[in-house]
Amino acid sequence: MSIRLDHIQKHFGRSQALSPIDLDINSGELIGLLGPSGSGKTTLLRIIAGLETPDDHPDCRILFGERDVTHVHVRDRRIGFVFQHYALFRHMSVFDNVAFGLTVLPRRERPSSGEIRSRVMQLLEMVQLSHLAERFPAQLSGGQQQRVSLARALALKPEVLLLDEPFGALDAKVRQELRRWLRHLHDELGFTSVFVTHDQEEALELSDRVVVMSNGRIEQIDTPETLYRQPRNRFVFEFLGDVNHLEGEVRGGVLTCGEARLTLDLDDGPQEILLRPHEVQVAAAPSADAHLPAVVTAVVPVGAEVRIELNADWMDEPWMATLSHGDAERLALGRGSRVYALPRRWHHYPDSRPDSQQPDVSGDRSAKSGAKRRESGATV
Amino acid sequence: MQRIGDAPWLRRSLIALAVTLSALFLLLPLLAIFAQALAEGVGPFIANVTDHFTLAAIGLTLFITLLTIPVNLVFGVMLAWLVTRFAFPGRRLLQTLIDIPFAISPVVAGLVYLLLYGRNGWVGGWLDAHDIQLMFAWPGILMVTIFVTCPFVARELIPLMQAQGSREEEAAVTLGARGFTLFRRVTLPNIRWALLYGVILTNARAVGEFGAVSVVSGAIRGETNTLPLHVELLYQDYNTVGAFASAALLALIALLTLAAKATLEWRATRREALT
Repeated sequence: MSIRLDHIQKHFGRSQALSPIDLDINSGELIGLLGPSGSGKTTLLRIIAGLETPDDHPDCRILFGERDVTHVHVRDRRIGFVFQHYALFRHMSVFDNVAFGLTVLPRRERPSSGEIRSRVMQLLEMVQLSHLAERFPAQLSGGQQQRVSLARALALKPEVLLLDEPFGALDAKVRQELRRWLRHLHDELGFTSVFVTHDQEEALELSDRVVVMSNGRIEQIDTPETLYRQPRNRFVFEFLGDVNHLEGEVRGGVLTCGEARLTLDLDDGPQEILLRPHEVQVAAAPSADAHLPAVVTAVVPVGAEVRIELNADWMDEPWMATLSHGDAERLALGRGSRVYALPRRWHHYPDSRPDSQQPDVSGDRSAKSGAKRRESGATV
Repeated sequence: MQRIGDAPWLRRSLIALAVTLSALFLLLPLLAIFAQALAEGVGPFIANVTDHFTLAAIGLTLFITLLTIPVNLVFGVMLAWLVTRFAFPGRRLLQTLIDIPFAISPVVAGLVYLLLYGRNGWVGGWLDAHDIQLMFAWPGILMVTIFVTCPFVARELIPLMQAQGSREEEAAVTLGARGFTLFRRVTLPNIRWALLYGVILTNARAVGEFGAVSVVSGAIRGETNTLPLHVELLYQDYNTVGAFASAALLALIALLTLAAKATLEWRATRREALT
C-alpha cells in the first residue's frame, strides 16, 4: 500500500519538531528515515502510525493508498508497529503476545481459537521461535524479543509496517542478522515498510530509498547509491560517513593552510573542502598539485583494508584514510611515518553549514553556486 | 576486610537497641490490648464483643469500609492514569493536591466537612432545606473516610505506572485494542499488585479512622458509632474490658492487614526472582 504525506508539521509546545513535510512512499517500498537524534524522524513515524497527531492545517493529509487516514485512530489504521524496546506485554507468554491482535478483534471478525492457534504458530515458525511459545518476554534475549514483537506486529497482516529503531538495542552481530532477515521478510510478504534509524550503515544497507532528516526537515530522499554518490548538501555528506576537512585561504587556484598546499579551481577567499577517507591516498612524496605533509598516528587493519590516522599542524582534526594492505606494506607505514596525503577527489559545499536552509545541488560543476567536486589524476 | 560501620560492638548494640525499642513501643502495647481484653476471662470478652452496640459499630465500620474501597479504587486508578498518561498544564499541581489528605490533620478535615455540609454550612443549608442530612449520619462518615484514604491507591500506582511507561499500551492500541479491553488485558495485569497493596492500605485506614469521623459522626450509639469511636465511648464509661475487647478487634484487623501486606510483598519478591 502506498503512503502519501502532505504538509505534515508538528510542534511540541513552542519548539517545532517537524517543519511541513511532504513524502510519497510507493507500495511495497522499504524506506529508511535516517537522521541524528532530534531530527524528527521518530515523530514522523509516529504520525504515520497515528500515535502522534500532526498540527492542524487545511493541507495536512495522510493517505494509505486511496484511504484518507488523517483523522483515523491508530487502532483503525491497520498498521504494524515495532517499538524500539519491543514493548512486549510482560505478563503474557510469547504465544499470547503474538495472538493479542487477533484476540481483541470484534467478535464477528475474530477467528476461532483453533485458527488463532495455527496462525500464531505459523508466525512463530516464521520468526523461528515456535519452541519458545510458552516463555515469557523476560526469559528471552533481546534479538528474540524483537522477533516476537515483529511476529506480533504482523499477526493482523498489516499492509504497512512501521519500525522505530528496531535494531538499536541489539549487539552488532544480531543486528546484522535481523536486518537481512527483515529485508527477506519484506520482499516475501510485500508490505510497505518505514523504519527509523540513526545508523547510516543500516539505512543504506536495508532501504530501497533513504529519507535523510535533520532539524525536522527532509534533507534528501534518494536510493542509497545516489545518496552516497551525490549527497545534496553538506549535512547529508557529513552524516553519511567519515569526513576529512581541509580549510584554508585560496589565492590564484591554490589553497594554503600552514605548510599545506593544494591546487584547485575555487574562487579566491577562505574555503573548505571535504574528503572521504577512501578519497585520500598516501604517498612518500608530494605531487605537483598537492603538498600535504602529515605524520601517521595510528595504523589499524580492519578487514580488507588498513585504516590510518594522519595528523599535522594544518589540520583541525586528524584525517582518516583507508588503504589496501598492499599499499600499506609498500609504504612500510607505522606510527610516526612521515607521509604526504594526495586527495583523489574532494567535495565542496559553499556556505552550507549542517543546518543550512537551502539545499545545494551536488555534482554540478558548471554552476558556480553549486557544490563542486574534483577528480584528480594523482596516483601512488 | 571490614566494611565501614561493621564493627561488631556497633552492630550488636544497634541490634539490641532496635529490639528493645520495638518491644517497648510496638509489641508491648499490642500485647497489653489483648491482655486487658481477656483480663476477666473469655466469657466477658465474648459478651462485650457480641453486645448489641458493639455489633452495630462493627457493622457500620465494615459498611463504610466496603463502600470506601471501590470508590477509592476507581478514583485512584483514574487519577493515576490521568497523571501518568497525559501531559497537561497543572499536572504537577494535581499530583501535589493528591497529598492534601496526608498533609492535614484528620480532625481538620472533619471540621471542614462539618463547616461545608453541616446544617449551618455553605452547602448544608441547601441540603437541609431539601431534607438531606449528611452530617451526623453515615453519609458524612463515608465522605470523610473517603477523603482521608483517597491518596492511598493513587500514591501506590503513580510511581509504578510512571516507571512502566505507556509503551505496552501503545503497542496494544496499534494492535486494535479498545478502551476497556486495553485496561483489562494490558494495564491492569501490570498494576494489579500495587493496586491490591493500595486497597490494603485503604482498608486499614478506613477501619481505623478516628479523628475525622469523630467530628462528623456525633457518635450516636447503634447508629453513627464506628468501632474506633465505640472504643473511646466504652472507655469513658469506665468499661475497660469492653473498650479493650473492641480495641482487640481493631488490632486483629490491623494484624490481618499486615499479614496480607507481608504476603503480597513476599509474593512480589518471589515473582521478581523467578523472572
